[in-house]
Amino acid sequence: MKKLLKLGASALALTIAASAVHAEGKLSIYHWFEYMPQELLDKFAAEYDVEVTMDTFDSNEAMLTALKAGKMGSYDVTVPGDYMVEIMAGEGLLDTFEPSELSNFGNISPQWVDVSFDPGRHSSIPYQWGTTSFAVNRDVYSGDIQTLAIVFDPPAELQGKINVLDSQGEVIALASIYLGIPQCTSDRDQLRALNDLLQSAKPHWASFGSDTAKDVLVSGDAAVGMIWNGFSAKAREEGANIEYAFPKEGYVVWMDNVVLLKDAPNRDNALKFMNFLLEPENAAAITNYAQYTAGVEGVEGFLDESVKSAPELNPPAGGKGQFIMACSQDVQAVYDKIWTDLKK
Amino acid sequence: MAKKLDLRRFPGFLPLTFLCLFLLYAPLIIVMVYSFNDSNSITNWGGLSLRWYVEVFTGVESEKFKSAAINSISIAIMAAIISTSIATLAATAMLKAGNFRGKSVGFALINLPLMVPEIVTAVATLIFFSAIGFTTGYLTILVAHIVFCIPFAYLPIAARMQGIEDVYEQAAMDLYATRFQTFRLILLPLMTPGIISGFLLAFIISLDDFIITNFVKGAGIETLPTAIFGSVKQGIKPNIMAISTLLLLVSVVFVTLSYLVGRMGQNKKVTTD
Amino acid sequence: MAGGLPKSSESNTSTYAGLGALLMLPSWVMIGFFLVLPVGLMLVYSFLTKEFRGGVIWEFSLAAYDQFFFDRGLFGDDPPVIEWTYIKIFWRSIWQAGLATFFCLIIGFPTAWFIATRTGANKSIWLFLITIPYWVNLLIRTISMKFLIRDNGPLNEWLLSLGIISDPIHMINTNFAVQLGLFYSYLPFMVLPIYASVERYNFAFSEAAADLYASRLTTLRHIILPFVKPGIIAGCILVFVPSLGAFLAPDLLGGAKNFMIGSLIEEQFKGNAGNWPFGAAVSMILLSMVLVVLTFYARQQSKGGVR
Repeated sequence: MKKLLKLGASALALTIAASAVHAEGKLSIYHWFEYMPQELLDKFAAEYDVEVTMDTFDSNEAMLTALKAGKMGSYDVTVPGDYMVEIMAGEGLLDTFEPSELSNFGNISPQWVDVSFDPGRHSSIPYQWGTTSFAVNRDVYSGDIQTLAIVFDPPAELQGKINVLDSQGEVIALASIYLGIPQCTSDRDQLRALNDLLQSAKPHWASFGSDTAKDVLVSGDAAVGMIWNGFSAKAREEGANIEYAFPKEGYVVWMDNVVLLKDAPNRDNALKFMNFLLEPENAAAITNYAQYTAGVEGVEGFLDESVKSAPELNPPAGGKGQFIMACSQDVQAVYDKIWTDLKK
Repeated sequence: MAKKLDLRRFPGFLPLTFLCLFLLYAPLIIVMVYSFNDSNSITNWGGLSLRWYVEVFTGVESEKFKSAAINSISIAIMAAIISTSIATLAATAMLKAGNFRGKSVGFALINLPLMVPEIVTAVATLIFFSAIGFTTGYLTILVAHIVFCIPFAYLPIAARMQGIEDVYEQAAMDLYATRFQTFRLILLPLMTPGIISGFLLAFIISLDDFIITNFVKGAGIETLPTAIFGSVKQGIKPNIMAISTLLLLVSVVFVTLSYLVGRMGQNKKVTTD
Repeated sequence: MAGGLPKSSESNTSTYAGLGALLMLPSWVMIGFFLVLPVGLMLVYSFLTKEFRGGVIWEFSLAAYDQFFFDRGLFGDDPPVIEWTYIKIFWRSIWQAGLATFFCLIIGFPTAWFIATRTGANKSIWLFLITIPYWVNLLIRTISMKFLIRDNGPLNEWLLSLGIISDPIHMINTNFAVQLGLFYSYLPFMVLPIYASVERYNFAFSEAAADLYASRLTTLRHIILPFVKPGIIAGCILVFVPSLGAFLAPDLLGGAKNFMIGSLIEEQFKGNAGNWPFGAAVSMILLSMVLVVLTFYARQQSKGGVR
């Protein structure tokens, strides 16, 4: 017992000692785990003499809940998805800055400056973006896959072999796109149609799962998997004969953004960090690591060949991508009901 | 001597025990095998390789995983020791101290951490910690772990204690042992199997916790579960399998050592077992 | 309790009489301060108005409980009828947790028995053998289990090669897999408490029973089981109660096509719903159900004289 206690105490001392490094300033990041190469953090810390600490979360909603439950004020920046930026701004969790405060602001790709969730970019900068649709195992199905019917009204040979993401937002957004109805519609007939579509599709689905979305495709447990493009590319590299679809009805576009939090203890360093991430070389480093796409101009020269040429990362010209919208309270209540009924 | 059947044996118990071990260990074989996979996949075999072990020790993320492992194990050890001690005292109170004020709600209170769904404990604890001005970090994780480990330690200990008659302790007291001596020399040794069971359960429940830890941890502190669940942006890679295998190795070494130490101790003492 | 064993006689001189409150103090402080207060807050939350996207507005409201018990249609303006959705989810979770507990007991009891009848240091080795797999994270263990029971996974291939089956058994994404997930998450929590109480069993009782021509089964039922009952009950509590709120392993193996109580509550705090009062209310309903059962058990126990 005593020995164990000693071991524990020394481990504690070790952890405390490890975090006591001297630096000019500090920066506290709330981020996804394994979404930022450590070298890049080290590079920033060395270049600006800033001590960087990072805490992690596993979903947009978990991050929001933790911030609202008391973690506000302890972080400078975090990395929410598109719709979450809008929600956080609405909740008053975000600070604003002027584009002139970031010397690299002009590097942001023009298409990502005036985005619906943060018009003119006063609280956020692009981090990485990608798409969400689905991938199909070409050993099982050789027909046309550029339609969302593969998921919501599947051909006989794919029925019962479909994995969908266990995420209300993505499933309902894709279903709305398939039906051709606007997201967050309050039209009752459209909402009923949405409900009916999901209810009729569910018997064809084998499973809901996000953590294993990639692995079920690689192992062959699922022949169709709703999935993010980067995951699909990885699944293909791991040997699955799958093809990622850009359905004709449209698909979901998502974008993670670095936002400046209200009550940031180190606002200046946060802005330095955001500016740092807008350097093409640094943005490219993240893309090479995470295999999504940067929202910054001029990264091409720094990208790995495999990332540049991956079909998953290059949507066709004229592809109809939509951001997931943050709905009003009334519509969200109906969505919740639809989702609960789907999984009751 | 053994003209009768061995009363310690029941037909079918041995096969069920082996079924139990099979169920527990079969998935671990998969973990170990795939830690040597040359591919990025955790489900497709790409040939034999040590690359993931190399990555665990020298990769860019190796520091992160090392500190996560140290955090996880140190928190689990401390949480298990403290909660087992608390639970031992509580079990003594509940079963060996007659009646006292508050005993009737004691059982429910001690088991409360089992009954509250984890996510609720997580959110409520975070709200509470920030309300009383605790900064989240290593200490908040430890406190939260101690709390939810208590019932896991308490129940085996109390189950054990219910089988211990008062006569031994009464005899000791009759021989003028103080109550503390009685507790230390009589009750504690008799309860050892319960305490070991409680400790082990508290240890594994703490080592595995994700939901609560994820909310009450602070900047810079990861545990293995938060690192593993957090890798949603990258997917799970065989490096996790390599880390798991290494952890298994550590645990086996630990067990072997304690076995050898125990053997040495036994050889020294004259045992009547 | 039947069985005729020498039970600890109801002595009025409890060894540590008078120290009860003192010995309980550490657990009361830890749980009282760090759990009862926060959970008390959640109880209050369940009666407040929900704030959109998480959080509460400090205005009294029964909306959360109303949502649990009454169905007002897709758009919330139909006349209320009884809501079966959540009752169904509760029933499913209770049923799954009950079955998982049963299977844990069937496998766990013989294992605990086997360990308790080893000699000396071998016992601890066996105890460690049961817990070592749990050094590996639940997510990883479950994913590997999933790999194992796939249609073309190792288990099916092995059974096929032995000729035991002619077609692969489809296990993944079935109710069986949900069971397996729960069972696998909590097995040691059954084995260890039972071990702790079997270990004290005195085989003189079995010998006495055998001398009186009791069969093995009779001995097991009338002598051994009553003796180890505290361990069995402790094990059942440790498996059943956490199983009620568990969802990770059963969801991964079972396909997550249906909510369990745990995933329903999780969705309120970590999902799009962001309905904290409802999540709190569901938890309070679950908590009070378990509390009633446990209190009933504690009453029975104190009545039975086992103290």
